[in-house]
Amino acid sequence: MAIDQELKIEMGKQGVFVTTIQELYNWGRRSSVWPMQFGLACCAIEMIATTMARYDLARFGAEVFRPSPRQADLMIVAGTVTKKMAPQVVRLYNQMAEPKYVIAMGACAISGGPFKQGYNVLKGIDRYMPVDVHIPGCPPRPEALIQAFMTLQKKIDSHHLTGEGRPRYLDPDAPGEFKVPEPGEHDLEPASNQGVWPVPVVIR
Amino acid sequence: MSTFETIPESTSQTSAEHLAERLSKSITAAAEADRREGWNRPPVFLPESENGVLEVAMGPHHPSTHGVFRMDVSVDGERVIRLKPVFGYLHRNHEKIAEGTAYLASMPYTDRLDYFCSLTNNWAYALAVEKLAGIQVPERAEYIRVILAELTRIQNHAAAVGFLLQDMGASGTPLMYAFREREKILDLFEQLTGSRMMCNYMRFGGCRVDVTDAWLDRARRLVAGMPQFVDEFEALLTTNEILMVRCQGIGALKPDLAVNAGVTGPMLRATGVNYDLRKVDHYGIYDRFKFRIPLGDHGDVYDRYMVRILEIREAVHILEQALKEIPAGPIMDPKTKLRGFRPKPGEAYGRIEAPKGELGFYLISDGGSNPYRYRVRPPSMINLTVLEDMCLGHNVADVVVILGSVDIVLGEVDR
Ligand code: SF4
Repeated sequence: MAIDQELKIEMGKQGVFVTTIQELYNWGRRSSVWPMQFGLACCAIEMIATTMARYDLARFGAEVFRPSPRQADLMIVAGTVTKKMAPQVVRLYNQMAEPKYVIAMGACAISGGPFKQGYNVLKGIDRYMPVDVHIPGCPPRPEALIQAFMTLQKKIDSHHLTGEGRPRYLDPDAPGEFKVPEPGEHDLEPASNQGVWPVPVVIR
Repeated sequence: MSTFETIPESTSQTSAEHLAERLSKSITAAAEADRREGWNRPPVFLPESENGVLEVAMGPHHPSTHGVFRMDVSVDGERVIRLKPVFGYLHRNHEKIAEGTAYLASMPYTDRLDYFCSLTNNWAYALAVEKLAGIQVPERAEYIRVILAELTRIQNHAAAVGFLLQDMGASGTPLMYAFREREKILDLFEQLTGSRMMCNYMRFGGCRVDVTDAWLDRARRLVAGMPQFVDEFEALLTTNEILMVRCQGIGALKPDLAVNAGVTGPMLRATGVNYDLRKVDHYGIYDRFKFRIPLGDHGDVYDRYMVRILEIREAVHILEQALKEIPAGPIMDPKTKLRGFRPKPGEAYGRIEAPKGELGFYLISDGGSNPYRYRVRPPSMINLTVLEDMCLGHNVADVVVILGSVDIVLGEVDR
């Protein structure tokens, strides 16, 4: 439920601040997204560079990198996910407390990137868990990560607390944990998690 | 196992046994619950019954491991009695991919080996191919290569020291200082090559684009300010009491073990062995410059730190000379052809002194357009093989510091 903007401004002039629980809730959420300290490969270095003085991720309330998934809200999958590492990544995602968000940073995390043809490289982490923002690039520049942050903040801002448009973590029927893949005979099993990644139909 | 026999009978053994038993019970219960729910996860703690020894898996996700690297550590109380490194979490098929593509197409992949030092990786690979095909490099290109390699060395060593201090608990400040300088150097790289980290700049027989006078001026200004940064860095760190207590006498490596294990780079020189490929091989034009090789004498973490700081200072000297003497001229040998490049059958090994140690590329050509065999000799991985010898008998907290002082990059370890 939105407030009449003009009314809000008018009240503000009188010294009365009016807001909705939803706005306040989303504002709090988006202003303190704590990422998990979790780097996989080259892109992680750009992620570290983003937190350093020049790019200063602290401006977005996200400088507190937590070493434990239990304290983190955001997982930045920065780097190549190999098939040996993929179960661990999904397990870490499962261990994070709701609400949780995922940014897939770099070509490798999105699709396997330059190493896609490799036998050991996962072709995109979005096969196993839901990804909120994808950043292309190899590696993406720190500005791109900041842009992804702002996109995520916009996304959090637009969440409804109730009704149809509510996010996954407010929907008791939506899954919060996803099956951890296991090394099978030839590949990871399952090849993708149900409901996360629509298997593309190959038209021959 | 001999390491187990040397443990003295501890007085608190009963409590350790009790703890191990309690742990094993809770683990069995957790595993039972997992199985009921259809999950299959390996237990994190594997208690061993004898002597209250505990096995802890540090990694692959661990705030102190540099990337996805796992150490299976057996601890008796706080003391490490066994350590098994587990590699392969970032194995990206670099060598296999390179064997299937043209020689030049592997150049961008070499950037991603040791992603801190893409330019030295480029150089080592270009050197190997130049040896294989007998290509000459013009003088100006050699100078550009030296300038870029030494800039890479500075930013790698600064960042390595920053990360080492980060692991020690100095969260933020030293790493911020290091990254401030690193960003300045990356700006130079970006202006020249178009990319901050993945430069993909060197070519067989030269370099991709020429440096401009404006770029050289900017580089001169940066180099002129570098000693000031190192002074500031050292004032902050070198005589810091906490750093000295945490580093001195920790993780000592004997020179003969280091030589036998093939350890190279600052790790080897910290043990006092005078071996630097820039002096031994005279590759490129390094014999034209005057510089010294810093050596340590205890081989501990503090010496490794000190050698890195001194190497930054020497790199500044090399840069000053190179930036003064750089001649005009072509940057590519006009006779090299990049398209349809097919070297004659044969083999070649090109190696350079990368910031982390000896980086070598071994190539076998069968006359085709892609190498028959392509092999990387990564310094990080070979320096890691002595990790257990350095860690035995130290505390778990020291393992983190020792690993930080080796200065590994997982892209290079697992390839
Ligand atoms: S996208 Fe590029 S920079 Fe990022 S992890 Fe993959 S190879 Fe490295």
